[in-house]
Amino acid sequence: MYSEKVMEHFRNPRNMGEIPDADGVGRVGNPVCGDLMTIYIKVKDGRLEDVKFKTFGCGAAIATSSMVTEMAKGKTLEEALRISKMDVAQALGGLPPIKMHCSNLAADGLHAAIADYQKKQQSRK
Amino acid sequence: MPRRIYLDHAATTPVDPEVVQAMLPYFSERFGNASSLHRFGREAHEALEAARRSVAELIGAEEREIVFTSGGTESDNLAIKGLVLAQGKKPGGPHVVTSRVEHPAVLESCRYLESLGFQVEYLPVNREGLVDLAMLEKAISPATVLVTIQHANNEIGTVQPLEEIGEIAREKGVLFHTDAVQSVGKIPVDVKRMNVNMLSLSSHKIHGPKGVGALYVQGNLAPMPLLHGGGHEKNLRSGTENIPGIVGLGKAAELAAQRMEKDRKYLTGLRDRLIRGILEGLPKSWLNGHPTQRLPHNAHFGFAGIEGEALILGLDEKGIAASTGSACSSKKSEPSHILRALGLNDVEARGSLRLTLGRENTEEEVDYAVEAVCEVVCRLREMSPLWEEPIIKRQLT
Ligand SMILES: Cc1ncc(COP(=O)(O)O)c(C=O)c1O
Repeated sequence: MYSEKVMEHFRNPRNMGEIPDADGVGRVGNPVCGDLMTIYIKVKDGRLEDVKFKTFGCGAAIATSSMVTEMAKGKTLEEALRISKMDVAQALGGLPPIKMHCSNLAADGLHAAIADYQKKQQSRK
Repeated sequence: MPRRIYLDHAATTPVDPEVVQAMLPYFSERFGNASSLHRFGREAHEALEAARRSVAELIGAEEREIVFTSGGTESDNLAIKGLVLAQGKKPGGPHVVTSRVEHPAVLESCRYLESLGFQVEYLPVNREGLVDLAMLEKAISPATVLVTIQHANNEIGTVQPLEEIGEIAREKGVLFHTDAVQSVGKIPVDVKRMNVNMLSLSSHKIHGPKGVGALYVQGNLAPMPLLHGGGHEKNLRSGTENIPGIVGLGKAAELAAQRMEKDRKYLTGLRDRLIRGILEGLPKSWLNGHPTQRLPHNAHFGFAGIEGEALILGLDEKGIAASTGSACSSKKSEPSHILRALGLNDVEARGSLRLTLGRENTEEEVDYAVEAVCEVVCRLREMSPLWEEPIIKRQLT
């Protein structure tokens, strides 16, 4: 049911863990729906120096989390904000249709982490 | 060759080699239509009746009370829709009383009857999955024609007290159907002793082929047929009989009867080893279903902080075939209606694992599975934002 790429990320998730002194944290999903993700970012000179995730969810939720951290790392905030759910799914060689909606939350998580970072910057000014 | 360990026998079982051997002549050699008068037909007819005898014997029924069908789903549909449609609507209360933990073949048959204006009462179960007998007694009304309650649950393995349920139905003068697809061949079933009027069973759960099953229909009870046609199976199920499949079911029933006691002891031992290993190996893990009134081959676990599908995938990577619950619901993303009926919350219902054993599994495989489950659960907990405790890596003993 899953592509080899999804299974590979499920087997060896990249950037799994927390960033204790993160500059931004994005939490999306809801365990009631079966998926919950936390994305942590570290920002330096407008770029994502580090991105990490923790995820409760199915194989697709774990693979998309892993993939989005890999895609976002090293990108500018603007570039990272342009990463869409579609991009993540495509990079994984596609997702089963029922997983497109419920478990493809990782891009939202990334965007939420960036928004959190930007809000903190605002309030610091 | 990577390891392959099959621990999903509640979904389906491998066909026993003896069953395959018994079936083989009925494809190209003895291929006759059991309704034909010539020798070919008679051969098929004899095979059909021999299979009927074996199935009847397994459940303590008379031969003439066995109707062959295409499987558990059809048997449930025929029993429930057929009986209720034949009896018609009476005013004043539910027409059918069932439980909230039935298989979809039962639940959807009941919902269909509701769409026709019949009333159905879905009884709750307790935390262990047992129906409350006092509630059952209260739910039966003068309009009730049928009680349908499963013998054993396909996800959590809880075994209902059929004899007592049958006794209540008998006292109240209503008919009693049971879906015994998961229990037949695993634990003793006796339709007379249990006061059952109709009983569904399926071949592929007892090492027989898929696509064949039976409905026990007591005496002269006459549910309305679902399939109209040439009047096969006492007019209850038209269609040229699936002789190879039915022969396979007959052989599987015969083997089940011979092996049940031995298998039951063996499987209970393996099951308890599995349960002990996993519950001791992992904190915040629990057994779903009843601790003792459960199928000998079923172990159903809950794990805090993780999601079941990821666990199944992780186990599949290690060569272990397992399931979160019923095979039908593993592709849907809804938590199982059965776990919800036990009172588990959504998160608890998500982190579930069903391991169901078969006679070909070994102790060594069970030990490997215990290790694998502990490893994958720990790995997923490490990833989970819902798990905040340190991960304790179990010391292997
Ligand atoms: C309790 C129960 N009832 C009915 C069925 C349906 O049987 P079948 O697959 O033969 O249609 C199953 C299994 O699939 C089952 O576990």
